[in-house]
Amino acid sequence: MKKLELERNKAPENENRAVKELICIMCPKGCRLKVEEGGGYAVTGNACPKGAEYGRKEVTNPTRVLTSTVKITGAIHSCCPVKTDRDIPKQLVLKAMDVLSGVVLKAPVRRGEVVVSNILGTGANLIATRDMEAAE
Amino acid sequence: MTQRYDVAVVGAGPAGLAAACSAYENGAEKVIVIDRDREAGGILNQCIHSGFGLHYFKEELTGPEYAGRFEEMLRKTGSRLMLDTMVLKVTQNREIHMMSPKEGYSVISAGAVVLAMGCRERTRGAVGIPGARPAGVFTAGAAQRYVNIEGYMVGRRVVILGSGDIGLIMARRMTLEGAKVLACVEIMPHSNGLARNIVQCLEDYGIPLYLSHTVTEIRGKNRVEAVKVQRVDESLKPVPGTEMIFDCDTVLLSVGLIPENELTRDAGIKIDPRTKGPYVYENMETTVPGVFACGNVVHVHDLVDFVTAESKKAGEAAAKYANNSALNAFNSDLKAIINGENVAYTVPQSIRTENTDKFAEVFFRVKRVFGDSVIELKDGEKPLKAYKRQHMAPGEMEHIIIPKDMLLSAAGSLTISVKEEEKQ
Ligand SMILES: Cc1cc2nc3c(=O)[nH]c(=O)nc-3n(C[C@H](O)[C@H](O)[C@H](O)COP(=O)(O)OP(=O)(O)OC[C@H]3O[C@@H](n4cnc5c(N)ncnc54)[C@H](O)[C@@H]3O)c2cc1C
Ligand code: SF4
Repeated sequence: MKKLELERNKAPENENRAVKELICIMCPKGCRLKVEEGGGYAVTGNACPKGAEYGRKEVTNPTRVLTSTVKITGAIHSCCPVKTDRDIPKQLVLKAMDVLSGVVLKAPVRRGEVVVSNILGTGANLIATRDMEAAE
Repeated sequence: MTQRYDVAVVGAGPAGLAAACSAYENGAEKVIVIDRDREAGGILNQCIHSGFGLHYFKEELTGPEYAGRFEEMLRKTGSRLMLDTMVLKVTQNREIHMMSPKEGYSVISAGAVVLAMGCRERTRGAVGIPGARPAGVFTAGAAQRYVNIEGYMVGRRVVILGSGDIGLIMARRMTLEGAKVLACVEIMPHSNGLARNIVQCLEDYGIPLYLSHTVTEIRGKNRVEAVKVQRVDESLKPVPGTEMIFDCDTVLLSVGLIPENELTRDAGIKIDPRTKGPYVYENMETTVPGVFACGNVVHVHDLVDFVTAESKKAGEAAAKYANNSALNAFNSDLKAIINGENVAYTVPQSIRTENTDKFAEVFFRVKRVFGDSVIELKDGEKPLKAYKRQHMAPGEMEHIIIPKDMLLSAAGSLTISVKEEEKQ
């Protein structure tokens, strides 16, 4: 697993070579990637294929999985954790949060249950990430 | 009459759940898991972000999903899950004293006990920040619980002290919920958080990370009004003239975790001052026979997958002990593991060779960041094995595997040390 040290504060030296340096966020290892911008978006530095995909996406259309909570009534807690079942465009994350703030679930809820389908037309569903029993 | 169980597990976090499942799989018929909380899952219930289970389930889950899967597995074993029950005492003859609103005070006895109480957060007292004591100072984990489980926001303008993973995760979480996170301040020249969390929790939201900086004063009468941040020199002393003032109403402390070992200490189990957890042997047995420990109560883990692996080992050993099939090789051929240069601690702290199957696994942490480096295993002064690494850091648990024949051949205690690789 690689961590960031001070060197990340260095000025990027290869701005004009159009190579973007990134840290892969697909697993805790945190590989340092180099992505050639333009053309085929060749990725180096990745220890596995997921890194190549992440690198390409990150310079073309960055995406994130959103995890958050929505309100729930009738359960032991007042929040139910949720996530998008696939990554959504990064610039839609805050907009998706607005959608979430209007959602109120009612217990019981099952893990995996769809809370909002096709959120913001992204093709991703928002799903509950735990069971929430109805409180006695 | 006290009820008797084969294996009793204290704590229903990921460690306790995995230990119980594995005890059952290894022949313990009557298994009980006890937790003071209203629900199983431990700290994972509030860790709603994803990042769990990549090793164990080969997919990325959120904390509640990971806990949910284990709870389901436990339910299938038919084991008893006793919630809302505080364990007050564990004795050397493996009695467990507990208290619950429903059943009052009760005592059970067990063939083997597994301690899985997790850890708690260091607080401001433990860090000693000067200044006023206004409201608005929270540990990051407490804030995480308020926001993610109880559903109320702890503040609007936030400064985070410490760049451990919990602090980073909370920086993003507070931002998503509409707060402004002004800065994340870290006293060390490197972050102990995962690189991926610095990217997806700070950089994604333009939150600055101040390395080699610390909070030197908290201002405010009733509520936090501002904090003073200063750069620190190599000996971590604040440098005069580098003061920055941040107007904020909330300070989150993400300054580390301490294993929760009151029960362990009371049971007379030896504690390792380095890990602040119980001293354990190769199968996670503590210095009291038949009492095992696993998860964050032993040492603070960064990844739940390692907690699970360690806990399965403890559960299996507990089942074997309860069924009298343990080797009971208590002091036979004991190999102490000595922390050599740059090694902060090891788990286990010693290995009983006869009790190991084909190999022994040793987990440890290094004292500083390393690039290309070697982990050296020595028998006294005699080198046994070298393990190469490209990168090591204090925030990332390392581990090595020692083959049994190597253990058998070693005459004295084993020393693990780390050094930079010599360039040819
Ligand atoms: C905020 C945070 C974020 C994390 N993020 C990640 C991540 O992204 N990925 C990852 O892999 N790992 C992550 N981790 C690490 C991982 O989640 C933990 O290492 C793991 O949950 C520890 O499990 P545990 O069972 O040892 O402890 P816990 O989950 O703390 O469980 C201990 C249980 O014991 C109970 N207990 C304690 N004392 C008593 C008593 N006297 N009587 C009865 N019950 C008692 C408690 O109620 C609790 O339920 C994170 C940890 C934290 C704290
Ligand atoms: S490239 Fe693969 S191994 Fe490296 S961080 Fe990304 S997912 Fe992990």
